Amino acid sequence: MTDLTPVLSATWGSPKSWSIDTYTKAGGYGPLKKALAMEPGALIQAVKDSGLRGRGGAGFPTGMKWGFLPPDDGGPRYLVINADESEPGTCKDIPTLLSAPHTLIEGVIITSFAIGCNHAFIYLRGEVVHVYRRLMQAVREAYEAGHLGKNIHGSGFDLDITFHAGAGAYICGEETALLDSLEGRRGQPRLKPPFPAVAGLYARPTVVNNVESVASVPAIVDRGVEWFTGMGTERSKGMGFFSLSGHVTRPGQYEAPLGITLRELLDLAGGIRAGHELKFWTPGGSSTPIFTQDHLDTPLDYESVGAAGSMLGTRALQLFDDSTCVVRAVTRWTEFYKHESCGKCTPCREGTYWLTQILKRIEGGKGTQADIQQLLDTCDSIAGRSFCALGDGATSSIISSVKLFREEYEAHVEQGGCPFDRSASALFEYSETPATEEAHA
Amino acid sequence: MTYDESTLAQLEADADAIIARYPVKRSALLPMLHLVQSVDGYVSPDGIQFCADQVNLTAAEVSAVATFYTQYKRRPNGEYQVGVCTNTLCAVMGGDRIWDELSEHVGVGHNETTEDGTITLERLECNAACDYAPVMMVNWEFFDNQTPQSAKQVVDDLRAGKDVAPTRGPAKVCGFKEVSRVLAGFEDGRGDEDQGVGAPTLAGLEAAKRQGWTEGSK
Repeated sequence: MTDLTPVLSATWGSPKSWSIDTYTKAGGYGPLKKALAMEPGALIQAVKDSGLRGRGGAGFPTGMKWGFLPPDDGGPRYLVINADESEPGTCKDIPTLLSAPHTLIEGVIITSFAIGCNHAFIYLRGEVVHVYRRLMQAVREAYEAGHLGKNIHGSGFDLDITFHAGAGAYICGEETALLDSLEGRRGQPRLKPPFPAVAGLYARPTVVNNVESVASVPAIVDRGVEWFTGMGTERSKGMGFFSLSGHVTRPGQYEAPLGITLRELLDLAGGIRAGHELKFWTPGGSSTPIFTQDHLDTPLDYESVGAAGSMLGTRALQLFDDSTCVVRAVTRWTEFYKHESCGKCTPCREGTYWLTQILKRIEGGKGTQADIQQLLDTCDSIAGRSFCALGDGATSSIISSVKLFREEYEAHVEQGGCPFDRSASALFEYSETPATEEAHA
Repeated sequence: MTYDESTLAQLEADADAIIARYPVKRSALLPMLHLVQSVDGYVSPDGIQFCADQVNLTAAEVSAVATFYTQYKRRPNGEYQVGVCTNTLCAVMGGDRIWDELSEHVGVGHNETTEDGTITLERLECNAACDYAPVMMVNWEFFDNQTPQSAKQVVDDLRAGKDVAPTRGPAKVCGFKEVSRVLAGFEDGRGDEDQGVGAPTLAGLEAAKRQGWTEGSK
């Protein structure tokens, strides 16, 4: 059995866990003082050596991303924190910021010092107002404590943090769309290259990092590279949040070494809902191909999940038991991608529209066997042909579910409707009145 | 523009404070649109012109930005924005049923507002609280682990003018305009208010303790 490793979440149960006092009493801002006495280059090297990989989904090595910044040309360079957590199933950064925002603030200061940034931005999705209150308060407290501003703790290092609330757009979690949004534009992805490291915010060198990635930095500075590399697997080092949701007895945030398995996590979380069995799940959010019971023992690290045909993503484990109709689940995810497609590129904008049409037809019992192939053909016109990863993500659950549960799609066609009772999936009791698809239009 | 003198003076002072946060003026546009909603209750034609004047854009350019984001409302919004998550996970856990019953109970559909102007209903996309499914948001505060009954009760209480507390968040849900001002980046002094941390947030910590982990151990 793998032991859980609460690090970022260690203080979440403390009274007023979000305050600077609680954070400081638990050792917070000690790593900052240690970091300010180090050479910036040594900090970058330490994060490289730790093997920390981006916790926002892509898993790109964080230290390497920092190292891509061009040499100092005397102009500004920026750190932008992606706190636009919106991938369906992903719910780790929001509790982090609600319960312990200073973990991020301290990480931002250390990271900024390491990369030579004097103005950092935290882009939080706009639909979480109490989280924004806590974030603004934490920034203010950090200024008052002298952790931000001019000549921080006599180091000669200056840093300002600007907090920024988005306004409702999943696509702004894509790093270049986020930058456009932060510049006051429609949030649409940019052509890469140039990558943000070369031309990011205001066309200046920019590092865009996820909340959890940067919040992990103080602990690495504090406890050392070997402590961090002592957790995880060969190429997936350290700990991370595994967010369990859905038909599980104790859903929530489980901070564990990368490489833990769903079987182990379920054991800690009290198992699948009583009286039911696991049917399918996402390892890393709705943009990652679905898994089944066959993957209970797949180590949840980047390599193993990839080798098994999916992606570790944001470790957003959405669990669905045997009461759930996979066609319904996939249809709803697809409607999400259609709604959130930014419209910039044709394959994604038009493709997600047509995928939704076909899926709703099948789910409503009006589809044909040919529609199933049509779905896959349409996915083929989107995946790898879209401007950004949103289009690819839209096809993941469709392609994987047709592969794993084709007979369920066929049953909808043959029976002229959905064979499942929706009320059986719900967490409260009710009797299903005849399905009125219009109500969902 | 039809803002009276004192409203305009306050708006301009707030806009200056927002612009001062950024190296480039235009970055102030998103928070400024939240600010406009805090005064007008939606992104009004006046508000668009005001923003355009502040950041040296045309009204058309500001509109192009405002219409991209779902939190910017193009019609006067209800005092309370009530959103039921109907993305897959919440929908399956009961969100679809909550939506159906709530929409029927209130008598309005997606993106519609009750005649008395109190409630605007919305089918939400994922709001990053999946471990609390099914989730409802009221003016962007968390109402976790909902049922059709609990959701209807919240809306009834709001329409009756009662204070309603979220399950995680401040002591009460504030009005749409007040919340919009917070999103414009102005603190309202409620950051320390708390309804307690929810069980799912602590589930991993509790499990770690059962394994023998103690706070402060490394």
